[in-house]
This record gives sequence, C-alpha cells and structure tokens, in this order.
Amino acid sequence: MSTTLPRPQIEAVNYLNVDYSWKSWLFTTDHKRIALLYLFSITAMFGIGGVFAGLMRLNLLFPDGLFQHDTYNKFFTMHGIVMVFFFLVPSIPATLGNFLIPPMIGARDLAFPRINLLSWYIYIAGAIITIVAILHGGVDTGWTFYAPFSSSYSNTHVILAAIGIFIAGFSSILTGLNFIITVHKMRAPGMTWGRLPLFVWAHYATSLIQVLGTPVIAITLVLLGFERILHAGIFDPNLGGDPVLFQHLFWFYSHPAVYIMILPGMGVVSEIVPCFSRKGAFGYEFIAASSLAIAVLGFLVWGHHLFVAGQSMYASMVFSFLSFFVAVPSAVKVFNWTATMYRGSISFETPMLYAFGFIGLFTIGGLTGLFLATLAIDVHVTDTYFVIAHFHYVMVGGMVLAYLGGVHFWFPKMTGRLYPENLARLAAVIVFVGFNLTFFPQFILGYLGMPRRYATYAAEFHTLNVFSTAGATILGVGYIMPLIYLSWAWFKGPRSPQNPWGAKGLEWEQSPTPPPTYNFDVPPVVTEPAYNYAGEVDDGGH
Amino acid sequence: MADTNVSAAEHDVGLKHHFDDSGQQYESATLGMWVFLLTEIMFFGGMFGSYTVYRNLYPEAFASTSRFMNLTLGATNTAVLICSSLTMALAVRSARLGAKKKLIFFLVSTLILGIVFLSIKYVEYHEKWVDHHIPGPGFHYDLPQYYHQAQILFFLYFAMTGMHALHMIVGAGLLTTLIVMASRNRFSAQWNTPVDMIGLYWHFVDIVWIFLFPLLYLIGNH
Repeated sequence: MSTTLPRPQIEAVNYLNVDYSWKSWLFTTDHKRIALLYLFSITAMFGIGGVFAGLMRLNLLFPDGLFQHDTYNKFFTMHGIVMVFFFLVPSIPATLGNFLIPPMIGARDLAFPRINLLSWYIYIAGAIITIVAILHGGVDTGWTFYAPFSSSYSNTHVILAAIGIFIAGFSSILTGLNFIITVHKMRAPGMTWGRLPLFVWAHYATSLIQVLGTPVIAITLVLLGFERILHAGIFDPNLGGDPVLFQHLFWFYSHPAVYIMILPGMGVVSEIVPCFSRKGAFGYEFIAASSLAIAVLGFLVWGHHLFVAGQSMYASMVFSFLSFFVAVPSAVKVFNWTATMYRGSISFETPMLYAFGFIGLFTIGGLTGLFLATLAIDVHVTDTYFVIAHFHYVMVGGMVLAYLGGVHFWFPKMTGRLYPENLARLAAVIVFVGFNLTFFPQFILGYLGMPRRYATYAAEFHTLNVFSTAGATILGVGYIMPLIYLSWAWFKGPRSPQNPWGAKGLEWEQSPTPPPTYNFDVPPVVTEPAYNYAGEVDDGGH
Repeated sequence: MADTNVSAAEHDVGLKHHFDDSGQQYESATLGMWVFLLTEIMFFGGMFGSYTVYRNLYPEAFASTSRFMNLTLGATNTAVLICSSLTMALAVRSARLGAKKKLIFFLVSTLILGIVFLSIKYVEYHEKWVDHHIPGPGFHYDLPQYYHQAQILFFLYFAMTGMHALHMIVGAGLLTTLIVMASRNRFSAQWNTPVDMIGLYWHFVDIVWIFLFPLLYLIGNH
C-alpha cells in the first residue's frame, strides 16, 4: 500500500527509537515510556475484567443460570475488583496523564521520575497477587468486601485479594503525589495556573482524591485482614463490633474513588471538544473550578451508600442533600462543553464521536444518580440493576468512552502514526450501540425489581436480559476492533505530521511528534491562554 | 538544551536532569514529602476514626483497660521519642552547616533512641502476650463484662502501635542509610535534602506517638 502523504522528518531521535533494549524499557524513568508500560498492563487487566463480565452475561442469558451460584459470585467479584482497582482507577491518569502532563505544562519529566517507575512496579506486584488469587479460586464477597461476610464467613481468598488491592493502592498514591508536585513546581515560564489545560486541572483534582482517599482504604483492608485472622470482633456485631463502621471506612475512599475514575475522563473531553469545535473552552474558569469542587464535595457524600445500612436518618438526609449538591459542578461541565460546541466549527473525527458519547451517557448516568440520591427512591432501587446501570453509564459510558477517545486523540502523539479513521469511527458507533443495548435494559430491570448479584432471576425478566447479553457481545466487538487496528497502525499506519488535528496546546504545538526523551527541542515559553483557537492576543497577564 | 543541563549539573551537586535549578528541586522534594505525610495522616486517620467510634460506644470498657497498660514504659518511650526528635533536628542543622562529624553523631544518637523505643515496645508487647491481652482465640480479660469491648480496644492498640512501630523500623532503616551516605561524604552544606526529608518523616512518626500515648494509656484512672 503506497501513500502519498508527505513524510515528516520522523527519523529524528525520539523517546521510542532512542533505545530498543528491554532494559531501556524496564528501567526507564521517562514518563512517556512508563505511560506505555501502564497502557499495556491496564489493557491486559481490562481483558481479564472483560472476560469475567462476559461470563456473567453468559450466565444471565438463562433465568436459571448456567454456572454454579458460588461460581457466579466469584465472577461478579473478580469483575469488580479487576475493573475498579486495576483498570478504572489507573486508566487515564497512569497512561494519558503520565504521558501528557509534562509536555502540556512544558516540563521535561514528572517531578519524581524514579517514583513514577516505582509506581508501575507496585501496580504490577498488586496485579500479580490479585491474578494469583483469581487462579487459586477467586473471591466471592463482591468488590466491596462487606464485613462480617468477608471477615468471618467467606471461604475464599479474601486476604490475598485484599493484599493485591492494598499494594496497588500505593501505586495510585504515588502517581497522584507525583502529579501534584509536578503541576506546582514544574510549569514552564508563562504557564500560569489560569493557562493550564483543563486536562491538567482535572488530573490535579484527581490526584488530591488519590492522595487523601487511598490511604483510608489501605488501612481498612489491613484491619479487615487482621480481623479475618484474629476474629477479635472489630467488624463483627456478635462480638461487639460495628459492621457499618467498615462500610463507612470503605466508602470514605470508594465514593471519592468514583471521581478518581470520572474526573480524568472529563479532562479528556475538555481537550477534545474545543479542538473539534475550533473554539476556546467556554467558561474555562468554571470547568477548572468544577473539577476541584467535585474533588472536595466527593469526600462528603459517601453516606449515600448506607441509606439502608442502619445509619442515622439525619445523617442520611445530610448525605442525600450533599449528593444532590455534587451534581452542580458536574452539570456545570456538561453545560460548558455544550456551550463550547455552540456555533463552533464541529467536525466528526473519532475522538469527537467518543466525546459526544461521553456527554450523552454521562448525563444519563449523572441524572439517574440523582434518583439514587433521593432517599425514598433509593430505598426502592437499592441493590437492584438500576444501581448497576447507573454506575456503568458513568464508569463505562463515561470513563471508558473518554479513555478510548483520549487514546485515539493522542495516538499520533504517542506513536507518530495515524490510525484508520473510518474504521475507528465505525468502532466508536459499535461501542455506543453495544453499550446502550447492554445497560439501558438494566435500568428497567432494576426499576421492576431485579436484584443485583443473583445468579438466577424470575422468568419475566428474561427478554431484557437477553437484550443485555446481546448488547455486551456487540460491546465486546467494539472493544476488540480498536485493539486490532491500533496495534496495526502502531507499526504500519501512515506517519503522522507534528499536529494532525491542528490542536492547541504545548504538547501538540511545541513538542515534536513523537516527542524526544525530554519532550522539547527548545524549552517552551507560554504566551497565550489555553485553547486559543480564535488566535486572540494575550497581554501576558492582566 | 543538553549543554545547559551539563553545565548546571557541574555547578549544582545532586541536581537531576529534569529540574532547572537546585532551588526548584529542593522545593519539589519538600512539597512531595509534605504531601506524603498527608497520606500518612489519612492512613493513621482510619484507625483514629475507628478508635473514636468505639470509645464513644464503650467508654467504660475502654477506660478499664488503662490499668493493664504499662504507664511507666509508655511515658519513658514518650520521653525517648521527644529526645530523638531533638537529635534529629540537630542533625538537620549540622547537615546545613556542613558539619560532617556532628551530623553523623546526631544521626547515630537518633538511631539509638529509636532502637531504645522499639526495645521498650518489645518488652510491652511481651507483657501483653504473657497477660493474654493479644486479641484472638487466646484473649483473656479480668473483667468479664467488658470482654468483647476490651478485645476491640486491644485490637486497635496493636493495630495502631504496630503500624507506628513499623514506621519506626522503616525510619531506622532510613537513618542507617543516611549515616552511610554521610560517612561517604555525600552531603554538603549545599546539598543535604535527604537529611531534611527523613527528618520530616521522623518528626511525623514522633507526633503520631504523642497522640497514641494519651489515647491508649491515659483514658482511665490509674
């Protein structure tokens, strides 16, 4: 296949071709190479989590189930653990964030390159231990590890899985710590806080949650592990302990953690929408501040997971109110992306298709979150498929779509190659259709009363479950397609010019494609605001 | 770009390639250490939170455990740790002045005090073992009405002081590294960031004990 595209001077030394030895990868301190190490690792973990999801949907094809009920319990537990702790939490920050934050702010590397590499090794150690737990028969407690089932009754490998998650948590903490220091101390001349790309703002907010929240789940899992060994009763009501305390400690991290999972996706969309609308981000300050507001408010709403757990009614009312409140900054973002597109010059490249998908699906996921924040409705739909559908609309419809959009958007930057655009557009549409067919029926199922985490269900729910499984199959095809054509494009795709999208931002405009090891040939100086698609002249600070 | 880096590295000892100057590098390290200590506060915070919940649920049972705590050893350990913070602060000062012998002296003093603390802690743990105050199947408590509640306190006692002791052991390892580095002339008045950072860590671990001591030893009447 011959192409007439102009060949840019790609053969210059860049971070990929500077050294091909395996040592140069396993001992690299280059944030871009570490980002790729993470990219391959989390893709593998996504595959494992996806297989468990497929097995669950296969089981639910039949009202009486297909597998042993205990086996099904392990499927949904391992799906949750792998997807939450080993894909969603590190997904965008450890790959795109790791790769892009230094060039976006005009730095040569993150503040602590060796700690960055360490975080990957810690992640791998946690992942291996979790895989060992899976191979030894898995865990059946649900990813939430609720006590006293997890501490006294479950006969599965709870401690091993908890150790895996405990270890992986430190990888997340170190990534967040690195980003905070980098954004504070490594910005190029002229890169003021008011000029930071919104992607960086989103990651800054994410990092705050990682640093403040993750240690709490770590110590909670330590207490759980010792309780399982000693049976001293700290979470066991028979021995004077309080199982709700475990839920409080668990959700103190795990609710903010859902913002770890969605905020970076919002950052990606905030980059894609201005680029393919050819307009500056509408309300830049509001989008930036709403990221911080979500991070702060996210720490104050964990109690909405305990509405039926026996928590005080007054606490529930406060948590309900605060949960409504967190919808405000989320809505600010959606309105601002929409306003950015208004009268913009919109084009429909693959990243933009994913961004459209994100905005629509996140809105549905967010609005159904308000249903769940309403005390009376939550009592009706707690532990039903309505909850499953809600958070999959945010986690998959939101985060995974943003992740795929971001991977496509920056694929030329990372590899120096272009991917096949029409095939990618087709895959984006397939993902969108497959996703909705999988999860929209679950809203109805949940509202009709189908409980989550059961291997069997009443015959009247059969049709909708068949729809859902069919959708999961289509979704699977939509995931496998990018895996194939992006792998192909990495080696055989046409060479990318420096800035294929005509995007603004230091990483596109001033860093070569693919970047050299220290990102820039000439140390950058920033002289204009972010997303200056209109070409406005800035007076250089007001 | 490469040229400026090389010349900068020649002037500033210990400057890494991705920083512009040693001031930026020092500020990054300091901020990084403080953020790390923030994560440590949250880590211990989970246990302090659990302690608060159960102490509010079972105030009498918790107070009754005080008579089984060795106040003398606990108070001695508090004094030992406060002294070790002083020697650590003096070590940081010596490092900034470039006084190598004093630096090593104060680092070794801090390390010895840390080991004294851990030894005393070992004696205390041994007492708990002899008295059957280790939570679990062999647990025994002289006041049967408080059996379960006291077991939760001792669970928290071992979790909190155990995590603290683990941090002390890590700190002792870090101090040993510093002593080796100092004896190999790795520090100077211009570059002594590791001494500063590990000093911050050491003070943090001390402060955790300052909170643990009253909460675990002094809640009842002796």
